[in-house]
Amino acid sequence: MHPFTLTRTGDAEEAIEAHARDDRLAYIAGGTDLLGLMKDRVTFPERLLDINGLPGTASIEELGDGGLRIGALCRMSDVAADPRVRERFPVITEALLLSASGQLRNMASIGGNIMQRTRCAYFRDDDGPPCNKRQPGSGCSALHGSNRNHAIFGWSEDCVATHPSDVAVAFAALDADVIVRGRGGERVIPFTGFHRLPDSMPERDTMLERGDLIVAVEVPARAEGRASHYLKVRDRQSYEFALVSVAAAVAADRGRLRSVRLAMGGVAHKPWRLTAAETALRGAALDDDGALRSAIATSFADARPLARNAFKIELAQRAVLRAIQTAGERP
Amino acid sequence: MAGNLPRMPVTITVNGRARAMTVEPRTTLLEALREGLGLTGTKKGCDRGECGACTVHVDGRRVLSCMTLAAMQEGRQVTTIEGLEQDGQLHPLQEAFIERDGFQCGYCTSGQIMSGVAVIEEAKAGWPSAATADAGAPFTMTDLSDAEIRERMSGNLCRCACYPNIVDAVADAAGRR
Repeated sequence: MHPFTLTRTGDAEEAIEAHARDDRLAYIAGGTDLLGLMKDRVTFPERLLDINGLPGTASIEELGDGGLRIGALCRMSDVAADPRVRERFPVITEALLLSASGQLRNMASIGGNIMQRTRCAYFRDDDGPPCNKRQPGSGCSALHGSNRNHAIFGWSEDCVATHPSDVAVAFAALDADVIVRGRGGERVIPFTGFHRLPDSMPERDTMLERGDLIVAVEVPARAEGRASHYLKVRDRQSYEFALVSVAAAVAADRGRLRSVRLAMGGVAHKPWRLTAAETALRGAALDDDGALRSAIATSFADARPLARNAFKIELAQRAVLRAIQTAGERP
Repeated sequence: MAGNLPRMPVTITVNGRARAMTVEPRTTLLEALREGLGLTGTKKGCDRGECGACTVHVDGRRVLSCMTLAAMQEGRQVTTIEGLEQDGQLHPLQEAFIERDGFQCGYCTSGQIMSGVAVIEEAKAGWPSAATADAGAPFTMTDLSDAEIRERMSGNLCRCACYPNIVDAVADAAGRR
């Protein structure tokens, strides 16, 4: 790795001020993505600020109505094993347990997880092929290159990368909120508006500004929370990123869907909500595969495959069907 | 600025002994253990968090020592493969790896064993895994099937492919058979 300095802070205001003032400074928490990016020469921060000592951000608190506030410094493994998360939001536990490995889940923080950068091989390639996300203006090698793992929704000519986080897909489906503290105080960013589409600025993954510090993710109580499921389809059975993944949460009456929440991973630059399908699925019977398939298809009318990933369109719809039915079988 | 960076003092308790070191900020825990303290049992494989060869325990939890900085471990308790034996007695999982032939070349073995020891502790603590049928239900040691062990050990690669024997060794040490 290139040389850099490292300091620690236990004071959020100090951290925010330092980050806002200094664009060569990066926060470090678990470090599992940041250090990999530095080793792969994707990013070269000159100063790292260790934020693991910030108080009050490493626990899960009750929101009062059954919702949970997950501190940004909570480790993935602690959140996955928390009895309240397992009971109320199985989709969160499943998404976390299908991510990374046991060692990495002990290290990686929730705030860092949702800030992960894409696994696009061109972005991570330390030989430095054209990549607008790493070097704005250099071009996108994946657009006409090896793009089997890339987006089918919302991409631009400048970037076709997907977002790698699993739990972000679950948070998006549940309409969680990201609680951010910045120079202007604390604010709430709805999860579905936290990550950006690439448009002409793929170097920007999220809506965060310099100085911003994620302090928590709040998951409100949801009628669909308990009957929820995360389905991840990938080339290996374990320890691999998704080809496509689905977070499904449903509320059903006597086998008919009253409401559905659906988000997908592996298909876009951000967790992708299937809003058209959510509407079309209302009232459908959970065992009526044909009706469910037709309703799901409404969210795929605007899918735009690349040269090597058209298979994702069918794969994704089948995955959504199975995820809904599995979620619907939960008591 | 290369070459002129201030080194940082850090004190880490390694295998029960407080070790004061001065390290460059960019020194990983793995490098500090191997190059700084001469504890070469912990291996560098991919150096990218993908193979698990560098697995050690920090404050009782398995982590990848290649993906964390030594200077961030101030005051922590680190256990490496060298610290598993007690008074000349191998850890039961070390014994089980020998008994079950859980290795050929041996390069991944210390990482496999450090990971396996933690897998058993995580299962005892009731942690579910992606192989758990109902992650919402309580997890007990009787649920620690071969499929569970495989899933929980998936962060440790073995290029000799000793996986079946590794699973058997972990199952033995977990007292499952």
